Amino acid sequence: MGETIQSVERAAAILRLLASGPRQLGVAELARALGLPKGTLHGILRTLVRVGFVEQDPATGKYRLGATLLHLGSSYLDVNELRTRAINWADALAGRSRESAWIGTLHEGHVLVIHHVFRPDDSMQTLQVGTYLPTHASALGKVLLAYDPYGETLVPLQPHTKNTIADPGLLETELELVRTRGWAAEMEELTEGEVAIAAPIKDSRGIVVGAIGIRGAVERLAPEGVLHMEFVSYVRDAARAITRDLAR
Amino acid sequence: MPRPDYVAAIDQGTTSSRCIVFDQAGHIVSVAQREHRQIFPRPGWVEHDAAEIWQAVQGVLADALGGLDGQIAALGITNQRETTVLWDRATGQPVCPAIVWQDTRTAPLTHALAEHEQLFKEKAGLPLTTYFSGPKIRWLLDEHPGLRERAERGEVLFGTMDSWLLWNLTGRHITDVTNASRTMLMNIHTLAWDEELLAALDVPRAMLPEIRPSAEIYGRTRGGFPVASALGDQQAALFGQTCFAPGETKSTYGSGSFLLMNTGHEPVVSKHGLLTTVGYQIGDTPATYALEGAIAVTGSLVQWLRDNLGLISSAAEIETLAKTVDDNGGCYFVPAFSGLFAPHWRSDARGVIAGLTGFVTKGHIARAVLEATAWQTREVVDAMNADSGLDLTTLRADGGMTANNLLMQTLADVLAVPVIRPMVSETTALGAAYAAGLATGYWPDIDSLRANWHKAAEWRPAIDETAREQEYRNWKKAVARTLDWVEQ
Ligand SMILES: Nc1ncnc2c1ncn2[C@@H]1O[C@H](COP(=O)(O)OP(=O)(O)OP(=O)(O)O)[C@@H](O)[C@H]1O
Ligand SMILES: [Mg+2]
Repeated sequence: MGETIQSVERAAAILRLLASGPRQLGVAELARALGLPKGTLHGILRTLVRVGFVEQDPATGKYRLGATLLHLGSSYLDVNELRTRAINWADALAGRSRESAWIGTLHEGHVLVIHHVFRPDDSMQTLQVGTYLPTHASALGKVLLAYDPYGETLVPLQPHTKNTIADPGLLETELELVRTRGWAAEMEELTEGEVAIAAPIKDSRGIVVGAIGIRGAVERLAPEGVLHMEFVSYVRDAARAITRDLAR
Repeated sequence: MPRPDYVAAIDQGTTSSRCIVFDQAGHIVSVAQREHRQIFPRPGWVEHDAAEIWQAVQGVLADALGGLDGQIAALGITNQRETTVLWDRATGQPVCPAIVWQDTRTAPLTHALAEHEQLFKEKAGLPLTTYFSGPKIRWLLDEHPGLRERAERGEVLFGTMDSWLLWNLTGRHITDVTNASRTMLMNIHTLAWDEELLAALDVPRAMLPEIRPSAEIYGRTRGGFPVASALGDQQAALFGQTCFAPGETKSTYGSGSFLLMNTGHEPVVSKHGLLTTVGYQIGDTPATYALEGAIAVTGSLVQWLRDNLGLISSAAEIETLAKTVDDNGGCYFVPAFSGLFAPHWRSDARGVIAGLTGFVTKGHIARAVLEATAWQTREVVDAMNADSGLDLTTLRADGGMTANNLLMQTLADVLAVPVIRPMVSETTALGAAYAAGLATGYWPDIDSLRANWHKAAEWRPAIDETAREQEYRNWKKAVARTLDWVEQ
């Protein structure tokens, strides 16, 4: 066995001690239990507090395990939590763009619609929360694929219209473009006459936890087949606002 | 194109203070939020620290307005209602903890005042319960030695949260008419403090703020922009949902839930357990009244599951937990934590989980928690229909809980009408912004506000009448089990 780093071992011992009982522990108690000088402990504790693995109770000055550590194993953000945190910004996005707004997350190779705001024209519309969209043929899906480390697509790529990207190589090029631009477009690739734009929502660690976007008639969003960039800014602004909120 | 300036609103709520900036189309531009402590010194008592709240409000103002200097046309205020603050006129410091609307310590006092019940109903439009400010003021004056004498000399001042914020923002001791209508001290017909009501509650006139309309320029902040509206949070939500015509109704889902119907320029007396309240008064126009169904505990029950039981780690997770099962498994949760409010008004009731068997899991309890919000709404909708002689045809819902899709679907199922969420679920802040914008000419008239209202989502009923009626019967049985718990 090669060299080990003593301070990492000591940090691990502190975490084990804090996890072992229901009580918060003070420096003196930790020092006694570990047989270490308080000065050494202070430095390690300060570092553990900085990275969020340990918290210090402001009232008692004692230490306990930190929230970051407790959430380490679960990289996933509850979809209902995401909707609750995003709802104000999704409303504002639909309001500004005058199009329907959508939030999706990846679910078994599909986009699961977790939030849907009607186009604000008070026409008859049906709530689509809980429905699925194809990842390769939707703007939300392209964003989610582009940033997904496991990159799950369902093959073969099903064509929905003559514009659907059905070739895996072309899709990879498209996802590369999404990563460089930071947003995705879908130009009549799912339904004739409809286009969509989406951008990534990230959590406090920078991991993409969902995508938000708008969808509407090609005549409004992309007259003559060219996307109006103002819609792209609305979508990216909304994505950034939610990302900022999640970082709090 | 909208003008490049904005209207801001402070929403000083029961659990948190928010500042939200809106543009002319009513879209949110920025939001800041801070929570404050809920202090529970003993069972049934709920207190806030008004100084801490003022700190939080200053904080959210700075956060939300940062970078928008010089672009704020007006500031509106909306607030948790009835919560009672007493402060020292000379130092501006609170003289005791604020008693929160949910607090039930005044129950014995309200029994002692029973001879005046009819007077309160006729003049204040309110039932005699622990909910309103009057008994809370009286309790503080009785319990704290020397306070009554200082109040009589005008050295100690009373205010609801609107007053407390207006005092700190503008230096004036004023309140708006909607907040005043929740004190049991204001005559709802004359919109003035009433000697008979003051005498019944034994509250000195000298400590009360001046009653002003809900929208007018009250003064200016140190930042130099006009403070131009104040409304209780539920009245603000009514305004934000643009319920400007008689019969228009909204229901707001926050800590508690409140169904309000605009009844026009006449106060309507309820025969079915609803309150008569002032809806709003814009400048020197006549006041608009509302009938209100107040439910004390809805979102705060979700909070309780999170904080006191630890079954969930965020409010939104209740939906995830509830969806682990298909139904309530036979269990019903009546959260009579502060007694039962509308339409029962039973301060002797306490919470019950009924129908428990070994089969019931935490998923079923999560369902029962959400269903409790829906059934309590059903009870006040039934009362509203009976009082108004009209049948509610759609429910316009807003507030934090409307992010919960399962709850919205359950509401549609239980009420047998479509449930609609408007484009802005923060209608409380929006209403205060609207009123402040009207007072300062940022918006020309209420029609321009109506044009901002859009449907963001709609849920349609999906269960049959037999199932609905069976569930309602079970709910009513569970409610019956909460009664007569506290021995008077
Ligand atoms: N997704 C959700 N599902 C269920 N309940 C929720 C959800 N999101 C928020 N809540 C509940 O809604 C309440 C917050 O909503 P909101 O901010 O409108 O409340 P509020 O009453 O205005 O707050 P305050 O009492 O501070 O005024 C909390 O009680 C919370 O438990
Ligand atoms: Mg509120």
